[in-house]
Amino acid sequence: MADDGFLIAAERVSKTYQAPDHAGRLVLDHIDFALKEGEIVAILGKSGSGKSTFLRVLAGLTPASEGKIVYRGHPVTQPVRGIAMVFQTFALFPWLTVLGNVELGLEALGVPRAERRERALKAIDVIGLDGFESAYPKELSGGMRQRVGFARALVVNPDILLLDEPFSALDVLTAETLRGDLQDLWIDRRVPTKGIILVSHNIEEAVEMADRIIVFGSDPGCIRADIAVTLPRPRDWASASFRQIVDQVYGLLTTTPQGTIGRRARGDAGADPAVGIGYRLPNASIQQLTGLIEALCLPPYSGRADLPHIAESTQISDEDMFVLVEAMQVLGFASAAGGDIEATAAGRAFADADILHRKQLFAEHLVKSVPLVAHIRKVLDERPGHQAPEGRFVAELEDHLSEEEAQRVLETVINWGRYAELFAYDYDRGTLSLENP
Amino acid sequence: MAERWGLPIVAWPRRLRPNYWDGIALPIVIGAIILAGWASQQMTMPYQVGQALPISLDPRALPGYGARTVLRMVAALVASLIFSLGYAAIAAKSKRAEKLLIPILDILQSVPILGFLSITVTGFIALFPGSLLGYECAAIFAIFTSQAWNMTFSLYQSFIGVPMDLREAARMYHLTPWQSFWRLEVPYAMPQLTWNMMMSVSGGWFFVVAAEAISVAGHDVKLPGIGSYIAVAIEQRNLAAVFYAILAMLVLILIYDQLLFRPLLAWSQKFKVEAIGGDEVEPPWFLVMLQKARLFALAEGAIDRLRMALSRARRALPPMPRMAPSSGRAMGAHGRWIDYLWNAALLALALYAAWQVVAFVRGEVTIHEFLHVLFLGFVTLIRVVVLIALAAIVWVPIGVWIGLRPNLAHRVQPIVQFLAAFPANLFFPVAVFLIVRFQLSVEIWVSPLMILGTQWYILFNVIGGTMALPTDYQYVAGNFGVTRWLWWRRLILPAIFPAFVTGAVTASGGSWNASIVSEVVRWGNTTLIATGIGAYIAQQTEAGDFPRLTLGVAVLCIYVLVLNRLLWRRLYLLAEERLRLD
Repeated sequence: MADDGFLIAAERVSKTYQAPDHAGRLVLDHIDFALKEGEIVAILGKSGSGKSTFLRVLAGLTPASEGKIVYRGHPVTQPVRGIAMVFQTFALFPWLTVLGNVELGLEALGVPRAERRERALKAIDVIGLDGFESAYPKELSGGMRQRVGFARALVVNPDILLLDEPFSALDVLTAETLRGDLQDLWIDRRVPTKGIILVSHNIEEAVEMADRIIVFGSDPGCIRADIAVTLPRPRDWASASFRQIVDQVYGLLTTTPQGTIGRRARGDAGADPAVGIGYRLPNASIQQLTGLIEALCLPPYSGRADLPHIAESTQISDEDMFVLVEAMQVLGFASAAGGDIEATAAGRAFADADILHRKQLFAEHLVKSVPLVAHIRKVLDERPGHQAPEGRFVAELEDHLSEEEAQRVLETVINWGRYAELFAYDYDRGTLSLENP
Repeated sequence: MAERWGLPIVAWPRRLRPNYWDGIALPIVIGAIILAGWASQQMTMPYQVGQALPISLDPRALPGYGARTVLRMVAALVASLIFSLGYAAIAAKSKRAEKLLIPILDILQSVPILGFLSITVTGFIALFPGSLLGYECAAIFAIFTSQAWNMTFSLYQSFIGVPMDLREAARMYHLTPWQSFWRLEVPYAMPQLTWNMMMSVSGGWFFVVAAEAISVAGHDVKLPGIGSYIAVAIEQRNLAAVFYAILAMLVLILIYDQLLFRPLLAWSQKFKVEAIGGDEVEPPWFLVMLQKARLFALAEGAIDRLRMALSRARRALPPMPRMAPSSGRAMGAHGRWIDYLWNAALLALALYAAWQVVAFVRGEVTIHEFLHVLFLGFVTLIRVVVLIALAAIVWVPIGVWIGLRPNLAHRVQPIVQFLAAFPANLFFPVAVFLIVRFQLSVEIWVSPLMILGTQWYILFNVIGGTMALPTDYQYVAGNFGVTRWLWWRRLILPAIFPAFVTGAVTASGGSWNASIVSEVVRWGNTTLIATGIGAYIAQQTEAGDFPRLTLGVAVLCIYVLVLNRLLWRRLYLLAEERLRLD
């Protein structure tokens, strides 16, 4: 059996992505983690917090840069028997039937044909796919496809099941059913699996399923909180104790350890703004942002709302909500604490304004609170012809962010800047300018 | 092993009992085996240089010739397939190999191999002295070179494009690299590969006709086949025989299409990752037969068992490297140094090769002649550009007209595909006959031959591009009264642009290659020669002047590469960036 009763453990695991021309970017920072036998652990975090990367390090799909993963006393450096994974995108082989997909893992292990067939049929039966053995994945709905994903994982009798946002590509009802079925299998001990790690960005889902919730902080990914969930199963989403945990987690995910949003720009620690040039601007859509501020300032909230509540009533996913809340805080339109959000005076003014006035307010706050925008304006003002290639700003951002992230941040800034009419952007030539056609 | 033999498959289960389809399948299979046996036996006949191979113009000899031509095509296709799998796999697995292999492939694609045919023949004859096999190999090699590169590119593109989640699933479920190659990478590449294979074979027919009649150092060798048949028909000015050959080729391509590509295309649909229902095609009869005839179910069981056995045997061999384009792979300073060394070595090799070519040509050719060859290349360039433009003016409106009528388009598409496959060189004698008859200008009227076979790619792609245009756009255009020129300029032309560029690139590449056979054309004793690099290469090939041949081919390559870089690639990027419909 595993030492110390742990199934799998991460010991001071760090992960650095090596960019070709400059220093590495830290995505996981000294993570200590252990999964006990009989436990379901959920890992929650904003997108980009490295939670999926961490799951891949645990799975042996990508090596840790520092530290190690230990499974049953052996270090994990590549995928090992006993650990199976279910993917967000299902990752089924489209040219294999349901049966073929489920048998694949057994075939690779060299299980004889007859036994393979028998075990696969049993797994298909357990997961409720009876009658679909000969169907190709493209014939199935998303929910049924993910069932194949689960059957493929369970058929190899894994000790540990790694779930990478397995329900996030499904509609709400389908996800609920599948989640329920999985919990039934787990509670009734109909699968030999001894531990489950679930990566998710849906807080309710995590509170419903997990015995323990690990909250990841961003930039770099680290463990911010480890919350035990001891509610009896089956868990009632509406119960006060359930809501209380949801609120607590929401609070953690919409604030930073310092209580301010954003992170300190590397190198100038102690400088006053928490948001530097290299700040990873949340890619909030202006439409959603406007809609959310409006909803927040109208009754029943009238300026103050419980985050899970407003998320549900506006039908904004948790993942989008984190992004929007961060954007609102950065712009000074709202503040969040303890799972609640409250509109500031500026936020209320924004909600009351007409379209043109909104743009003005937005522009003011954008220049004031996002240094990158102020920087772009300054460059454009100073340059003869008042234009500059986007490449120069991407290059500057790449000093702080990965190539992809730099691109994404600039795209967001361009989007916001265009809305605020602070600068124009020519797609064909890839230039930013002050002129407005 | 005992328990494996006890499996139900041997118990003759119901699904393996014969049915009607077996009635059709059995004669076809046996006939094919006999034909292949006969034709390959003919291939290895003893042969001495200078010995005449009589080609009969009797139409009754055509089926036999056809069979041998087909066998060459099959051999070349199999060779191309094996080559592509290996080459693409290596290029996709090793970053270092990739750096060398992909540019080489890019160049090979634009080299007119037809020009090198006589050089390769000498090598192959030396390999099999006293046998016809050397010549056969040279002809097959020529077809191979017209097919392999395009297939290799398609495979390579697919291999590096395998979705990350499928790759991770394969690793997570412990597929060995060997298993994941056959179970993941190859199936993933299948739909695109099938399509490219079809294109390759279309090109191959052209080359098989050109490559069957080989001249080496003054000796004419005519390998029995349709290409030689038509060559003899040209020598003897036998117009009837030319038409017989055209007819025979028509039938051959039809058979190839029905027995190989229709089934293959339909079957490869199942490998599509994001197949959406709706564009389901009627399964072709041959595929239905393969799937329904119990005879083949037996074979399938055997193949499955063979695969298991192979897979088991594989385990004993050293492991194959995995395809993992891990962008974040931490490469130490050590690895980086090896990279620098490798790059330096590649550069040195390239410089050395360039030096060798220059030295080889310099001894024979004056700077004056070099400039003349450059001029010839320019003349051919003008021809190609003008022809593509003309073809666009003709085929774009027609293609759009067809594409807007989906029912018509579905009927026309296979015909156009067929026309693209038809070797245009079979029509050359007809053209020469007409030029001589009506005393037309050679410089101008030989040119259309270059694009005769390749213009169809433009039509084909324009039809496809128009069909892909969502009907919404047309409704919008109708709703806002966007008509006539505005309709073309704002809706149709931008919408079909990416498809048009794809078609035009293919057509342009094919035209360069065709210039070698179309700038010099014969009819009996009459030889028409147009000014151009193609004619230069053809003449040097005949004269066996290797330095000048090398010069001609090199100049042609440079023109093709420059045109690709300066024009086609830019248009391609523009299409990719701005005019994609999604």
